[in-house]
Amino acid sequence: MSATLIHARPARVAPVPGLGLSLGVTIAWAGLIVVIPLAALAIKPWELGVAGVLASLADPRVVSALSVSFGAALAAALVALPLGLLLAWAIVRLEFPGRRVLDGAIDLPFALPTAVAGIALTALLAPNGWLGAPLMAAFGWQIAYTQAGIVAALVFVGLPFIVRTVEPVLRDMGRDAEEAAATLGATRPQALARVVLPALAPSLLTGFGLAFARGVGEYGSVIFIAGNMPMQTEIAPLLIVIRLEQFDYAGAAAVGLAMLLLSFAILLGLNLLQRALRRGRR
Amino acid sequence: MSARFRPAHADAPAFNAVLIGAALAVAFMLLVLPLAAVFVEALRRGLPVALDAIVEEDSLAAIRLTLVVAAITVPLNLVGGVAAAWAVAKCDFPGKRLLVTLIELPFSVSPVIAGLVFVLIFGAQGWLGGWLQARDIQVIFALPGLVLATVFVTFPFVARTVMPLMQEQGREEEEAAATLGATGFQTFWRVTLPNVKWALLSGVLLCNARAMGEFGAVSVVSGHIRGETNTMPLHVEILYNEYQFAGAFAVAALLALLGLVTLAAKSILERLSGRPSGGAA
Repeated sequence: MSATLIHARPARVAPVPGLGLSLGVTIAWAGLIVVIPLAALAIKPWELGVAGVLASLADPRVVSALSVSFGAALAAALVALPLGLLLAWAIVRLEFPGRRVLDGAIDLPFALPTAVAGIALTALLAPNGWLGAPLMAAFGWQIAYTQAGIVAALVFVGLPFIVRTVEPVLRDMGRDAEEAAATLGATRPQALARVVLPALAPSLLTGFGLAFARGVGEYGSVIFIAGNMPMQTEIAPLLIVIRLEQFDYAGAAAVGLAMLLLSFAILLGLNLLQRALRRGRR
Repeated sequence: MSARFRPAHADAPAFNAVLIGAALAVAFMLLVLPLAAVFVEALRRGLPVALDAIVEEDSLAAIRLTLVVAAITVPLNLVGGVAAAWAVAKCDFPGKRLLVTLIELPFSVSPVIAGLVFVLIFGAQGWLGGWLQARDIQVIFALPGLVLATVFVTFPFVARTVMPLMQEQGREEEEAAATLGATGFQTFWRVTLPNVKWALLSGVLLCNARAMGEFGAVSVVSGHIRGETNTMPLHVEILYNEYQFAGAFAVAALLALLGLVTLAAKSILERLSGRPSGGAA
């Protein structure tokens, strides 16, 4: 019978006060700023009727803008994934002068206002820019004002998400498993591929999802470098702005709602994949 | 800690050197060059030209407006964020996970959508548009709209930096304070706040940096009226689109400095509190 005594909570501990006030403030704050406005987004498009919403979304310009936004975000997250892993590895595992500075600099894309990043990247990658001119001269590649420019901006914006989700996992992982693998006769590439990478996979996936989600909605860093040609380099957020300027509120909301639902569906898929990965490792 | 016995699991020094070189090259291209470009472009025609662009009337108005928006937004999100962190970390109630999801939601919403939702409610053709117009109240294309959109975008910062720390620290100290007869506010001021002060400050700084630098959300609700509803990032856009590159980059350099100061302060605060504070934007 002593077991129940051990598990019993100490007789009288007062609960922490302030639930009513703090929860009240939180719910009011979240309700007014997040829930009601997003409800407006969910309701507004249907003023057009179901057929109207579908017609509004079937507009070729909308389809193109959505595929540019989602395609560029996907490509950028794929490019940022190995780069982010490399940076996280360097910060956690390698010793070199300037490591701490590098660690601090990773967050730069978080801290730099998006419009500033946008004009800076455009200045770099424009056909006469520091990077744009050599690329143009050497390979004939134009980055700015093409879809490649959109991807470049989204790599910049997404990179810290991947580094900052992989880094803590890599730090906590330690080297025991790798040492064990080496002791059991695994070569170094085998240990990296079969021990390290699978352990990092869930966090890589999380970082990928965060970078992707951010990229889909990104506006400030993209519009300067994109060129904004309808059907080619026009992103979905810009199309929302254009529709609002034409006072087509319902049409703008339809694009916004489609963007949100699509990216939530993709994030949900990534989440399920991640669960499957975690289960597979147990 | 592993002993130094030339372990079999270590990478060859040459391989590590290649990795370090590659990492530094990536960081140089993606982080150093864009930042350098801002300052070089700003100073291309000399420091006096850059300074003139900043002290010019419309720029000063943009700086003032940016400060006002941040001065309203940050305290609102500070109160809301601390309340949310307290409720989630120190109390029990049903629906907690839903609330946490809701608090983080603005991070996964496009800034343009953050502006759009307030236009849908307060805009000329929005739900309250007619009502507001009849009473001559301006929300969209005016300060209230700018503040609402900025509050939405910066909503999660304080809650997200403070909440994990409060959860980690558990409730024993607060429960002890309550048992000894402290009121909720006394417990917060004397017990909880001292434990989370650095994280809280870090959250406030991140919130402030984003509030001052936000572009997409305020762009939708601002109306871009020069000298009236233009914040600094919007002013950068206007100057840039008018081919006034020196001016655009000068104002941009000011914003970049704000970002750099925020980064430096954040890493100092992390060292003070001895733990990284989740800084994802």
